[in-house]
Amino acid sequence: MTTKTVALDEGVVRTPAEIKRSRYLGITYLLLAAIVLFFFWRWSGDLGNFTFKLARPLDPSAPDLTLSASRTTMIVAVVLAGLGGFQLAKGFGKFNNMVLGFGIFLFIFAFLGWATAQSSLGAFSMVGMMKATIVRSVPITLGALAGVMSERVAVINIAIEGQLLAGAFVAVVVASPLATADDSLFLGAPLGSWIGVGAAILAGMLLAWVLAVLAIRYIVDQIIVGVVITIFVGGMTAFLALRWLADNPQLNQAPIFKSIGLPGLSSIPFLGPVLFDHNIFVFGAFILVAALTFLLFRTRWGLRARAVGEHPGAADTLGVNVYRTRYLNVIIGGAVAGFGGAFFTLGSVGRFDENMTNGRGFIGLAAMIFGRWHPVGAMAAGLVFGFADAMSQTLGILQTGIPSEFLGMTPFIATIFVVAGVVGKARPPAADGQPYIKQ
Amino acid sequence: MTDEPKGEAPPEMNGDADNGEKSGWAAFMDDLTGVNVDWRSAVLVPVLAMTAALAVSVLIIVASDIELWRSFSISALGDSFGQAGSAMWALLTGSLGSLAAVSSTLAFAAPLILAGLSVAIGFKAGLFNIGAEGQMLMGGMVAVALGITIDIPVFLNVPLAIIGAMIGGGIWGGIAGLLRARTGAHEVITTIMLNSIAGLAVVWMLSTKFFQPEGRLDPVSEDIAVSARLPRLLGFLDRSDVRVHLGIVVALIAAYAIYWVLFKSTIGYEFRAVGFNPNAAHYGGMRVTWLYTSVMALSGALAGLAGMAQINGLLYRASPGFAAGIGFDAISLALLGRSHPAGVVAAGFLFGALRAGGIEMQVATDVPVDLISVIQALVVVFIAAPALIRAIFRVKTGEEIGQLTTGWGT
Amino acid sequence: MATLELKGITKRFPGVLANDQVDLKVSSGEILGLLGENGAGKTTLMNILYGLYGADEGEILIDGEPQQFSGPGDAISAGIGMVHQHFMLVPVFSVTENVVLGVEPVGFGGVIDMKEAKKEVRDISKQYGLEVDPDAVIEDIPVGIQQRVEIIKVLFRHAEFLIFDEPTAVLTPQEVEEFFGILNGLKEAGKAIIFITHKLKEVLEVSDRIAVLRRGAMVGEAEPATATENDLATLMVGRPVELVVNKETSDPGAAVLEVRDLVVIGDRDQMALAGVSFDVRAGEIVGVAGVQGNGQTELVEALTGLRDVTSGTVKISGTEVTHATPRQIHGHSVAHVPEDRQRSGLVMPFTITENVVLDAYYEEPYSHGISMDWKAAREKAADLVEQYDVRTPSTEIPASSLSGGNQQKVIVAREFGRDVKLVIASQPTRGIDVGSIEYIHERIVEERDEGAALLIVSTELDEVLALSDRILVMFDGHIVAEYQGGSVTAAEIGLSMAGAAP
Repeated sequence: MTTKTVALDEGVVRTPAEIKRSRYLGITYLLLAAIVLFFFWRWSGDLGNFTFKLARPLDPSAPDLTLSASRTTMIVAVVLAGLGGFQLAKGFGKFNNMVLGFGIFLFIFAFLGWATAQSSLGAFSMVGMMKATIVRSVPITLGALAGVMSERVAVINIAIEGQLLAGAFVAVVVASPLATADDSLFLGAPLGSWIGVGAAILAGMLLAWVLAVLAIRYIVDQIIVGVVITIFVGGMTAFLALRWLADNPQLNQAPIFKSIGLPGLSSIPFLGPVLFDHNIFVFGAFILVAALTFLLFRTRWGLRARAVGEHPGAADTLGVNVYRTRYLNVIIGGAVAGFGGAFFTLGSVGRFDENMTNGRGFIGLAAMIFGRWHPVGAMAAGLVFGFADAMSQTLGILQTGIPSEFLGMTPFIATIFVVAGVVGKARPPAADGQPYIKQ
Repeated sequence: MTDEPKGEAPPEMNGDADNGEKSGWAAFMDDLTGVNVDWRSAVLVPVLAMTAALAVSVLIIVASDIELWRSFSISALGDSFGQAGSAMWALLTGSLGSLAAVSSTLAFAAPLILAGLSVAIGFKAGLFNIGAEGQMLMGGMVAVALGITIDIPVFLNVPLAIIGAMIGGGIWGGIAGLLRARTGAHEVITTIMLNSIAGLAVVWMLSTKFFQPEGRLDPVSEDIAVSARLPRLLGFLDRSDVRVHLGIVVALIAAYAIYWVLFKSTIGYEFRAVGFNPNAAHYGGMRVTWLYTSVMALSGALAGLAGMAQINGLLYRASPGFAAGIGFDAISLALLGRSHPAGVVAAGFLFGALRAGGIEMQVATDVPVDLISVIQALVVVFIAAPALIRAIFRVKTGEEIGQLTTGWGT
Repeated sequence: MATLELKGITKRFPGVLANDQVDLKVSSGEILGLLGENGAGKTTLMNILYGLYGADEGEILIDGEPQQFSGPGDAISAGIGMVHQHFMLVPVFSVTENVVLGVEPVGFGGVIDMKEAKKEVRDISKQYGLEVDPDAVIEDIPVGIQQRVEIIKVLFRHAEFLIFDEPTAVLTPQEVEEFFGILNGLKEAGKAIIFITHKLKEVLEVSDRIAVLRRGAMVGEAEPATATENDLATLMVGRPVELVVNKETSDPGAAVLEVRDLVVIGDRDQMALAGVSFDVRAGEIVGVAGVQGNGQTELVEALTGLRDVTSGTVKISGTEVTHATPRQIHGHSVAHVPEDRQRSGLVMPFTITENVVLDAYYEEPYSHGISMDWKAAREKAADLVEQYDVRTPSTEIPASSLSGGNQQKVIVAREFGRDVKLVIASQPTRGIDVGSIEYIHERIVEERDEGAALLIVSTELDEVLALSDRILVMFDGHIVAEYQGGSVTAAEIGLSMAGAAP
């Protein structure tokens, strides 16, 4: 008997799934190259130069970046085609995703160059767009962190949207009567605004507690609880907005947290204004990402929390209190989401509007999955979605003729691609969504 | 902190099912209807849940009375309860108090029942379709597209709208099903995303020349042809405020059809098998990927019908918010109706009444209509956690609903 | 010298008396074998001892002191350690992380001192001869090593009383010997050990004393030196048990199942089957032995159409079915008893009637077109329940309310209750009571005598030995040995199961 064997040693021969994915990726690069070549270069004719402004107006610290549109698009098309060819022929192995990121970056660069060159403005503020990316990523990142905290202990939290909305509402309603413009500022805001933030955090924790009680004690389906909490908060805030705020506009008028430039860092060219000149919500998000990463992966508390999310039975038999761990984490997640909610009002526009979170919580959920249930990943995904948001705004200004609705769809479509596993399968905590019932 | 789940530890070995004796009225219901049903959880729990939700909403009205808290007094408290009372009364009269009210309830009920069936059939097959809202939009837009271009006799044009809307919604739902089946992408995430995409797509469509009436700049469509409108059932009365239309008949027919499919057909058997245990379904020779896709397509088609009922029965033209949150109400509705077509119909009437009464409530008593979303959310909480009902009313109830959906990645 | 004593432990679940006035005692330097069949209440008893359940009556004494356990934490600090039947290890954690979970050495700010933790793991591993790599991730190491991690976990917590719940179920005969060595080492180190099993040979081999549990009650003690397997079996089941399956020698006919060079890829992209060839002939029972996870699951799934075949061919009665769907294979008169009845054999919330038509609902007489005929289904179900001795008050109750043995009978009834040419049965008697086991074994032999070809996959070596006319041994995706039934011993097969050349 001759035994046929198929070599499956990793790194030597690729599995069928890998080969298939490689093929899709390769074709994607070639398609992108074709789009760049035909739409941006060939059919648009010579559009002259485009300029990306790397510094704020009147700030001489960084020069403008001016390039020829036709040359840039041509070079990008050639590089993308090269990537596609190599991907089809050999593949990039473990660098697949990194190369994919690079390819998408090139495509977006060429697209922005084309969009700028064809517009009557001929230039746009890159520094402004990158800054907007950071700002717009904040609520998504915070929402995603709330999800990470909760799902790491295996409680699915799709009430993030509701927690954000509640935080937004409570923050402004508490801060408005307490804070006035001539109060002295502490880290960019009067004390009253800080109390508003505290109240928002409490509101997030309260909703998280409800989620925890229903999911853990009453074993209600966690996805349903999440949806119901979101519906409840949507109805309740709209109800109270009409009942309270419509006739009392003074309750819906809070000072906005001011930007704080980090001394020294904020004067670095380009990076300074983009990264180090923000209000406390932005810095808070960065700090939380670092803190939660440390807590989850370095400390005793984190090890136990992750054990509860992966194998609650094992944790229980070792004397770890599964229920208490779950309650605690879900409620911490709620606090993070409440903080993120306050951003919508106190960190951004200073007033509450019905359903102002507009699906950001759900995008945060997607960012959590995209970020593979890791705080740093969640932030990276938040930045990607923030960029999509900021770019669609920029393109609106540049008037590309592409309907802004289509650009607005990109984060949602990207999310579908992510959950469909186009950028590799993410593995959720093994017990995610399952109630723990003592055996 | 008492944090143990309510419920008994499962025994190591299962004894025989202990159904216990049925109480008098439950046994009576069995005799009356000829079926053996757990009447406690089918009827008693929803009724008590509704009662509890209304009671809580009264407290919310009082607690949110800003004037009351500015100058608290017993009489002001009385006034506040008075307002809450009249709000509840307005809910009742606005939904049942007159022919116009009842007809309005029925007109609201039609899309609610259809969308509720959409979510319910998903639950029966183990899929959670949060995307009814988006599927309604897509189905409704197809109905609008047909309605503004085709003008043929009503007995042809209405069926055309029905088929078109089912296809539109079906495709939108089918996408999520296909993604789940082929890639494992969780339908909860994809349908949420598809909702947002559909919402933006509608805004875009309504700004194109095809849909937008000449001279308008806001996103709105032309009116659909009169022949495409669902005929008013009481049109002979010639009263414009009696709005009940053919949609409710469509909804009831759909409910019966879904009942038959679920419980009397091989397809329904497959849906339920895959819903409870996809591995066993696969073992039994069922094509699980095909089932997921077809369940979501059918679910989307029903939601598309709901969108059609909204457009062709009520609004006659599209604007960005024409689905009006019905797709989300449908989730609560399906849970209230225990994902059973008959339950969905009953819950649909109830939610229709809330919507009709809610408008009257806002007009008559200044209590914002958004309160009904709160009531609906509370109902679901009480339904999903019968232990809460047990605690409040001190009655025996059926089992917990337990897990209807699957977590990510499983 | 430490002593652990249970006195009058009683535990009731709704409708079931799981433990009834159980007394038990074990001391340092002693191995107590706790014998009982599936469902006898062994696991419940140990869960009470480990603080996972509260007892309704009775008390736990350590060195004569009554103990109050409100959770495993209390039991652990009282010196009780447990190695569970299903390992309680977090698959994505490292060995060290698993060992220290719950008693982590921490430094400033709650940061885990991984260096210290690894050192302690290495120390224990050296002291007791339990070799492991402290950095290995659990899901990457074989079950035998995982069991060592479980033992290290218990020792790390300074346990004096060690409970092993069915520890040999996942091991090869050689690994079992090795495990007994470890057990004796622990005994010599002065630990008190409770060894829970339903395997008579093993309990006789390693125990100092044997206690037998039946239907929740302690029915007797035995001395390993004097007791025989038959005595113990009788004590365990409550009546004399036939330890061998009565069957005539087989008279095989033409090949019904022909498998050639079958290659199948597993869930983790590994080579689950690396070119497997064999035949199963009419009137013959072929048993497949092997440690779980050596390709048996994938083999059965590939043969029944549940898994894609990468290369090779499968023929049933001469017809090629390599890439056939489960339904097409069902159409070739193939019965399939799946490995896990709860996972894929039954739809638990469905009634018996609904389950009985699970793989035939689309055929006459159960449906006409797309319309189900529930009357026909109910009649069939009533018939099968009667014929196959399924103990149930009605055919209209959910399968979940049946005992494991009766659930398995429903599956066997569904699969055997029509004309079959080929039976593919995976773990046909896993986790069910002796009565049901005997019954199902009889039915399997009956099918053979009626001329069916049978492929029986089991990780219970005794079952394979008792039933098979021919035995195939699988290791790492290959068939590494073939034996005639009746002429081979467990020890011989055991060597091939571990991959040694025969």
